[in-house]
Amino acid sequence: MTPMVAISMLTLAAVTVPIWGQARGFQPPRLRNGKPDFNGVWQALSAANYDVERHLARPAMMLREGPHGPLPAVPVLRLGAVGAVPGGMGVVEGGAIPYKPEAQTKREENRKHWIERDPEINCYLPGVPRATYMPFPLQVVQNQNQFFIAYEYAGAVRDIYFQNPGPAETDSWMGQSVGRWEGDTLVVDVTGFNDQTWFDRSGTHHSNQLHVIERYTLTTPHHIRYEATIEDPEVFTRPWKISLPLYRRMEKDARLMDFKCVEFVEELLFGEHRRHPLTR
Amino acid sequence: MRIRLLTIPGVLAIAVTALAGAEIPRTPDGRPDLSGTYDIATLTPLQRSPKYGDRLGLTDEEAKAIAREEAARMAKTNQASDPNRAAPPVGGDGSEGAAGNVGGYNTLWIDRGSGAFKIDGKWRTSILTDPNNGRQPPMTPDAMKRAAARVRLAGRPNAGEAWWVKEGITPGPYDDPELRPLAERCLLGFGSTGGPPMLPVLYNNLKQIVQTKDHVMILNEMVHDARIIRMNAKHEPPDVRLWLGDSVGQWEGDTLVVDTTNFTNQPALGAASRNLHVVERFSRIDEKTLLYRFTVEDPTVWTGPWSGEYIWPATDQRIYEYACHEGNYSFGNILRGARLLEAEALSKPAGSRK
Repeated sequence: MTPMVAISMLTLAAVTVPIWGQARGFQPPRLRNGKPDFNGVWQALSAANYDVERHLARPAMMLREGPHGPLPAVPVLRLGAVGAVPGGMGVVEGGAIPYKPEAQTKREENRKHWIERDPEINCYLPGVPRATYMPFPLQVVQNQNQFFIAYEYAGAVRDIYFQNPGPAETDSWMGQSVGRWEGDTLVVDVTGFNDQTWFDRSGTHHSNQLHVIERYTLTTPHHIRYEATIEDPEVFTRPWKISLPLYRRMEKDARLMDFKCVEFVEELLFGEHRRHPLTR
Repeated sequence: MRIRLLTIPGVLAIAVTALAGAEIPRTPDGRPDLSGTYDIATLTPLQRSPKYGDRLGLTDEEAKAIAREEAARMAKTNQASDPNRAAPPVGGDGSEGAAGNVGGYNTLWIDRGSGAFKIDGKWRTSILTDPNNGRQPPMTPDAMKRAAARVRLAGRPNAGEAWWVKEGITPGPYDDPELRPLAERCLLGFGSTGGPPMLPVLYNNLKQIVQTKDHVMILNEMVHDARIIRMNAKHEPPDVRLWLGDSVGQWEGDTLVVDTTNFTNQPALGAASRNLHVVERFSRIDEKTLLYRFTVEDPTVWTGPWSGEYIWPATDQRIYEYACHEGNYSFGNILRGARLLEAEALSKPAGSRK
C-alpha cells in the first residue's frame, strides 16, 4: 500500500459518521484476519415483510370494500385477527417507493390479487432483500475467506463471492452476490435476478434489471445494521433505500429449523390433481 | 498411517502434526481447513459389481477402459441430432430410465464424472469397502418386503397406461403428491446426494464446505440443501426430526467426525428408516483433495453396518441456484397425466390401447 493510499484511508475512517445505533469507539468481534465476525443466527423484528412502506394496521392482506370501509376479502376472512396486518413505520428511507406510474399501477393490482400472486404463498425463493426480513431466522457462516448465508424460509441460501466472476450467467431467484469490505462494513452487490420475487406481501415488484447493494454493519455484538439500496431503471424513477436492524437470536440453542415449505403448499398447488381431490 | 500415529505418545504426535501442517491448509485454530467447493462425481459405483468379488482395486487397464467407455458414450450422445428424424413413437421408444422413453434427459444434463477414483494411488472397484464384497449387507425380511413393494409401484416404467387401475392397486402410485418420490417433489435431491451419506449421482454433484470453529456448513447443489453441522454439540431430543438428520461434529486429530441421527421417516438414503445413524469422516489428503468416509447403520433395514469411502476433488466450478420447486411444472403434469390415463383405462375395455 502506498503512503498516499494509507493516508487517504485513514482520513476516510476519521470522517466516517458513526453508524446509527453504534456506540462511539465500538469495536465489533473480529475473526483472526481482522474482519468483523458476523457468525450467528440473526432475525429482523419488523413489519417490513407485510409492507416495506410506512403503513397502519389493516384488516387483512387482501381487502374488499365493505359498507363502511375495507374488510377482509373472502379467501382470508376466516383467519380473523391472525390474518390482520400489523402496522409499521416502514423501512423505506423517505417513506414511499419511487415507482414509475405504470409500475405503481401494477403494484396496486398485485395487492388486489395478492393471494394468487405473492411468491411467498407458493413457497418460492424469497429473493433479496426480502430474504433478510422474512419472519424467519438466517444464519451467517463466515470464515477468513467465505461468507455464507443460510435462510430458514424455504431453505434459501447465498454464497457471497469475494472475487467478482463478472455478469451473472443466468437469472436466478436469489441473485448473484459479490462482496467487498468497506472498513468494517460488508458491502454486497447483488445482480442477476429474475423478475419473479417481491419485496413484501404488498405487491412491491421489480424487473430482472434489479440491482441491490446491501451493507451489513455490526453496531453492537448483537445487532447488525442492514441497509439495501435498490435500483431498477425499468420500474423505479430513482434508486431507493431500506434500512433496518437485525437482532442476534440469543437463545442458547438458537439455530435454523427445517422450513421446507414445499410440502406445505402441495395441497394448494397440486391438490386439485389428486386422484380423489379433497374439499378445496 | 496418520491415524495410527495419533495413538503414539504426545511429543511424537505433535511432531507428526507439525509435519502434516506443512502439507495441508489449516484454519487459524490449527484444524485442517476443509473449506472449498468439490465435484464428487465418479464413475465408481456405490456397490461393487459382483464380477470383482472381494477385489477392492481396479487395474490401470480396467480403470482406463471405464474412462474410455464413458468418453465414447459421451462423444456418441453429444452428436447433433438428425434434424429430419421422425417424431418419437406415441408412448415413447420403449427405453427405460431417466434418459429413456420420450427423452427425459439428454447428455447435456448428465455429469457423472469421467473416470473411477483412486485412494492411496489405487483405483477402486466400489465406494463401499465393508463388507468385503463391496455390497450392502442383506436387508431384514421386513425391509425387503417394503423395498419390493416400493419397486413394484415406483420402479415401474411408464408404459403409457394406468396399469394400477387394471391391476386394482390402491392407492395407486400417482394418487397423491405425498406418494411421489421426494426428489420429484423437490424436497430432497435423489440418490442420497444430500445425504448423509452424501453420494455421487447422475448430475449436479457439487458440494461446498464453509468451515468455522463452531459450525461446518456443507451445501448440497441439488435442492440447495445446506447441512449446518454443529461442532461439539449434543444431538437434538428424539422428537426433533429433520430432513437431513441432525448432524453434530467433533475433531478426532485431523479428522472431522460427523454423527447424524434424528432422521424423518424418509431419509435421503433410499430404503433407510428414521432409525438411520450415519458417521462420516472428513480428512484432507492434500491441498486439492478430501477423503470422505462413512458408516451407515440402520438395524431396521440392514442386517449389519456398511461403510464406504471416496475422494472429493476440489473444483473451480461455481454452484448455480437449483430452484427446483419454483420450476416444477412436471409435478402437476405427472399427476394430471395419471388422471388422464386413469380416465382412459376406465372408459376402454381392458387390453385396448388405441
